[in-house]
Amino acid sequence: MGRTLAEKVWEQHVVRRADGEPDLLYIDLHLVHEVTSPQAFDGLRMAGRKVRRPDLTIATEDHNVPTVLGPIADPVSKAQVETLRKNAAEFGVRLHPMGDAGQGVVHIIGPQFGLTQPGMTIVCGDSHTSTHGAFGALAFGIGTSEVEHVLATQTLPAYRPKTMAIEVSGELPYGVTAKDLILAVIAKIGTGGGQGHVVEYRGAAVRALSMEGRMTVCNMSIEAGARAGMIAPDETTFAYLQGRPHAPSGADWDAAVEYWRSLRTDDDAVFDTVVEIDASALTPFVTWGTNPGQGAPLDAVVPEPDDTPDPAAARRALEYMGLRAGTPLREVEVDTVFVGSCTNGRLEDLRAAAEVLRGRTVRTRTLIVPGSMQVRAEAEAEGLHEVFQAAGAEWRQAGCSMCLGMNPDTLAPGERSASTSNRNFEGRQGKGGRTHLVSPAVAAATAVTGRLTAPADL
Amino acid sequence: MDAFTTHTGRAVPLRRSNVDTDQIIPAVWLKQVSRTGFEKGLFAAWREDPSFVLNDPAYAGASVLVAGPDFGTGSSREHAVWALQQYGFRAVIAARFGDIFRNNATKMGLLPVVLPAATVEALQAAAEADPATEVTVDLQARQVRWGSETAGFEIDDYTRWRLLEGLDDIGLTLRHAEEVAAYEGGRQRWLPTTV
Ligand code: SF4
Repeated sequence: MGRTLAEKVWEQHVVRRADGEPDLLYIDLHLVHEVTSPQAFDGLRMAGRKVRRPDLTIATEDHNVPTVLGPIADPVSKAQVETLRKNAAEFGVRLHPMGDAGQGVVHIIGPQFGLTQPGMTIVCGDSHTSTHGAFGALAFGIGTSEVEHVLATQTLPAYRPKTMAIEVSGELPYGVTAKDLILAVIAKIGTGGGQGHVVEYRGAAVRALSMEGRMTVCNMSIEAGARAGMIAPDETTFAYLQGRPHAPSGADWDAAVEYWRSLRTDDDAVFDTVVEIDASALTPFVTWGTNPGQGAPLDAVVPEPDDTPDPAAARRALEYMGLRAGTPLREVEVDTVFVGSCTNGRLEDLRAAAEVLRGRTVRTRTLIVPGSMQVRAEAEAEGLHEVFQAAGAEWRQAGCSMCLGMNPDTLAPGERSASTSNRNFEGRQGKGGRTHLVSPAVAAATAVTGRLTAPADL
Repeated sequence: MDAFTTHTGRAVPLRRSNVDTDQIIPAVWLKQVSRTGFEKGLFAAWREDPSFVLNDPAYAGASVLVAGPDFGTGSSREHAVWALQQYGFRAVIAARFGDIFRNNATKMGLLPVVLPAATVEALQAAAEADPATEVTVDLQARQVRWGSETAGFEIDDYTRWRLLEGLDDIGLTLRHAEEVAAYEGGRQRWLPTTV
């Protein structure tokens, strides 16, 4: 019987297999950031251990850092960032600190450097590591104990997950993006739908996505409960990689591409679960509740809790969100718009927002936060920052920013945002904050009107 | 990590589904670089509500959390496990768990127990009817027992053995250092390094 893409990559990385034990997997790349690593480095120190492969490890500062220039005001945040600097120096790990041209959100810089390549195993103490699956890598988030394990051994014991195919047929209509696609997928299968699975996104609509769009889709696999998301590498992948600083070159490039072409699910392989979606039926999608599965087309109204799969959760969510069932989503007013994060903080996302904002003025506080310093530089080279500033939006330094409420960019209690990030959990963007997840284009259009809006409505 | 064999304690019914790790421990609590003190951040936002179940004195000192399905979804923060443990929980019972949370819990010796939704409901109802109800989570026998009820649960042999013995994964893996080195010798030459 044939094998799936996920199975091929898994098998390639088994260091040791024994009856009754999890497989011991080799890890090709370990991404590190300030929040989930201090206790892991401490563990190494206490046990007198070293980092086994500093040359397969890279660190950046992203979650905790301010996105305006200047020192970190909060002493606790500052101490955490300084701890990472100290640990990176002591253990010999490459670090891109605040202000460095290579600094950025951990899942943006890996692909940008060409460190993320097809067929690799990639881990990070961050659940959105699934982003890197867009290249046909097996990439998943781990906790701090596992971060320490990978630092010490460059391996991870793990049970082979089940496989799920999400087949997206047809073509996304004009104005409907990768973000709308993945939000619709999560609404369909639920926040637990992918549990225990690696999801492979397949089909014509997926093949047609850019690498940026594929990263957006794989990024939110975790929001469907999946351990990882993957897309088989193809010409789009190779074109993105070629010439990047850490991509292979010369004869190595040719050998690598030949191998990468074998990284596709065999025609006779069988997935444990198959889900089918018709892309041509999709429209801009937004969330109304407090988990990413509580979403609906922008054309819809806030649902009646009893019409949802989990009425008790929906009732709680509407209360928290301050929404009434039956309200058209287009009438929901927001105070803040956030464009950024590892979901939608890449150049293509900023271009999409700029296209909408060009020649218009925002009515809400609007934060445009590039996912990395390189994205920021590229956007400025195209003059996008001028479009944003002319519209009245704030053009920030790179970081996780308002994706999570642990740096200075937060919502005040009761404030409502349209956000291109990935989580609308209670308090995710600041205590009492209310989040609607949207695409960059919808975020920008919403900034213009102050209500949830699609660009086509303008 | 802490070994887990059998634990008996009172149960707290948390009748919410999709309790994500941002609720278990909000992000502002993740700035610390130590491994202690996270109990103060456990369910920090919800605990401000006097009617939240953890604020009910009847459940003070309870050590088994009985939650709705999809407990521990979202972020990979192991701080969620630390917060629960440091608050005094030894086991969490739910019908489904977020994969990363569940994995993190087994690394730290906080036992995640999967029971059918109806069984979880029955246990929640028992703890609501009488907060003094004692629950036994028996990893040896793979059973949860309360009153006259007994519910079996599944857990793979390897994880169970590791928890019963309280074994550190890194130590176990380092026994296979030669196999790791042999694997490294055969890696494709084009694979990237960060140097
Ligand atoms: S941008 Fe958001 S989801 Fe991505 S790594 Fe940062 S905090 Fe996590």
